[in-house]
Amino acid sequence: MSTVEILSKQEYKYGFVTDIESDVIPRGLTEDTIRLIAAKKNEPDWMLEFRLKAYRHWLTMTEPTHWPNISYPKIDYQDVIYYSAPKQKAVKASLDEVDPELLKTFEKLGIPLTEQKQLAGVAVDAIFDSVSVATTYKEKLKKHGVIFCSFTEAIKDYPDLIKKYLGSVVPTNDNFFAALNSAVFSDGSFCFIPKGVRCPMELSTYFRINNSESGQFERTLIVAEEGAYVSYLEGCTAPKFDKNQLHAAVVELVALDDAQIKYSTVQNWYAGDENGVGGIYNFVTKRGKCAGKNSKISWTQVETGSAITWKYPSCILQGDNSIGEFYSVALTNHAQQADTGTKMIHLGKNTRSTIISKGIAAGKSNNSYRGLVKVMPKAENARNYTQCDSMLIGSNCGANTFPYIEVMNNSSNVEHEASTSKISEEQLFYLQQRGISQEDAVSLIINGFCKDVFLQLPMEFAVEATRLLGMKLEGSVG
Amino acid sequence: MLEIKNLHAGIDGNEILKGINLTIKKGEIHAIMGPNGSGKSTLAKVLAGHPSYEVTKGEVLFEGKNLLELAPDERAREGIFMAFQYPIEVPGVSNAQFLRLAYNEKRKHLGEEELDPLEFKDLLKERAKVVEMDASFMSRSVNEGFSGGEKKRNEILQMAVLEPKLAVLDETDSGLDIDALRIVAGGVNQLHNPENAVILVTHYQRLLDYIVPQFVHVLANGRIAKEGGKELALELEEKGYDWLKTAADTGTLGVQAS
Repeated sequence: MSTVEILSKQEYKYGFVTDIESDVIPRGLTEDTIRLIAAKKNEPDWMLEFRLKAYRHWLTMTEPTHWPNISYPKIDYQDVIYYSAPKQKAVKASLDEVDPELLKTFEKLGIPLTEQKQLAGVAVDAIFDSVSVATTYKEKLKKHGVIFCSFTEAIKDYPDLIKKYLGSVVPTNDNFFAALNSAVFSDGSFCFIPKGVRCPMELSTYFRINNSESGQFERTLIVAEEGAYVSYLEGCTAPKFDKNQLHAAVVELVALDDAQIKYSTVQNWYAGDENGVGGIYNFVTKRGKCAGKNSKISWTQVETGSAITWKYPSCILQGDNSIGEFYSVALTNHAQQADTGTKMIHLGKNTRSTIISKGIAAGKSNNSYRGLVKVMPKAENARNYTQCDSMLIGSNCGANTFPYIEVMNNSSNVEHEASTSKISEEQLFYLQQRGISQEDAVSLIINGFCKDVFLQLPMEFAVEATRLLGMKLEGSVG
Repeated sequence: MLEIKNLHAGIDGNEILKGINLTIKKGEIHAIMGPNGSGKSTLAKVLAGHPSYEVTKGEVLFEGKNLLELAPDERAREGIFMAFQYPIEVPGVSNAQFLRLAYNEKRKHLGEEELDPLEFKDLLKERAKVVEMDASFMSRSVNEGFSGGEKKRNEILQMAVLEPKLAVLDETDSGLDIDALRIVAGGVNQLHNPENAVILVTHYQRLLDYIVPQFVHVLANGRIAKEGGKELALELEEKGYDWLKTAADTGTLGVQAS
């Protein structure tokens, strides 16, 4: 063996399908589809108006197929099912009334939902295809004034908050996929941390796509009022199908004065097979607004799944002294394609942003970092530090960096560092000479490469992420 | 313990080792000396299984097993250790994390229970005394930002942790000042015992003042040109290598005909 090459035979252990009866609407998208979704969810008129406005705008937009460094067959939006919900009782008085088949599914995914088994210290909203099936620790959180519920419930129970914040960070006409999501989103999570409250536990949403024909379009909205703090985690998996499923989500974060939101993602959607058959198309708009002074929003993402990833979690640094952070590990193997990065928009004075991006490409995959740092005229003394490192495994993959820097204020300071490296044979030999197998050696090197990002993850997630990267690269070096 | 028979090996089609014969028994220390380009480091790397080198002929038995069939990590778990001339940096991986992984691989191989981080920390603290390294080295990334001397001490620390049966030290003395040389050599001496063996690959006699070999083999042009006891090293120090090179090229030494 004298060349590092790709063999790759990794197992995706979340690839099972749950056999459950679902309420599915006919495929295709028209105004009627949207009215049908709204009716299924008993939504108020203002919500339907929001959707229709988005839909009408979407019709005028074109899919962004030119600038991202990804290619995929044309998506037929009339061939997608926009709503699929497991049939169960409409109102769940307690978690015990959730369909056992669903509870079993989530348990198998490592997310026990029943009272006895719930994860300590983490409240979970479990989303299955188009709907939230359960939310744990809701009552306990309520005692602290923290609202954590499905989006469907939030529209019903907290209409004023939703009206105030929905679309306030990502407007309905923001981009093609955000407009589509705004028109058809079916559920998601809503978190509200009132003034001065430090959320007593981690909040998390677990997304599961089960239906092979349906897309998943969910929204997450997190609002942290003055001085509030919350750490939120997001995980996702899907069964193995030969067809591609569309996932177009929108996440909006709002941080008021002195508030902090820490948002962590471990994305492990089904990535397709070695030849690129199947896998999720992941088109996601995530954006946070540091609306208040001294506020802070921190994105940490570990992207390992999906056939296509198109995602740029961003921060609008509006409040003076506000801080935006983006820590990312994106790993692509086989035929996966990722075009991911961030946008840091500096509006306020003394705003600071940090971008640490680690891209790892193996197989014949293509991994691009795309990031924008924009300093507006009034952002006195804004500072940005960007570090983009890419690592290549084998010689059939590609890594690219597309940094965009726009500075309109002379007092600002923007730094950009980038590097590309390959796992060297010498490095592997050194570790192997100490008795470490080649696969473990690769995994060790990769984890070392990603350390700055993993340090940002909550403990349990860091362990999971480390394991996941090892699993994803299994057999990728031979 | 180790039997090398008529070993031919090279890189990119160039033959470097042209028929090496060498037998090493438990408890022995052998020095492999020779001028630059004679094949000393190649021999070390071939024993460790470096993927760039190709063995074209011959046989290497380690405790009766065909070493050449084993992957580098398997050889390591069987008890072969190589201290690198240029230790490699592994950014982001702490020394302690790396050493624990390596140590536990060995324990697994021996069918023993793995050590958890706390248990391992105690062991590491104990072993680190061998090369006078303090705790701050353990949390730093493997060899990253280490000075030349620190890197070499770190190699010997790894040897102390892994307790190999056969340690091959490839130019461990190169680039060391006299204090570091004393520490490194002292470490090797502490670790050497009647149950293990050491191969010192070196250009200079200097190292052999500290680690005293029973056998000295001089390589020239891919063959062992001369063999002897530790006094041979002193002779080389005096005369240099040129006379051997000429002799090896013209075949007048008559050793190692193959």
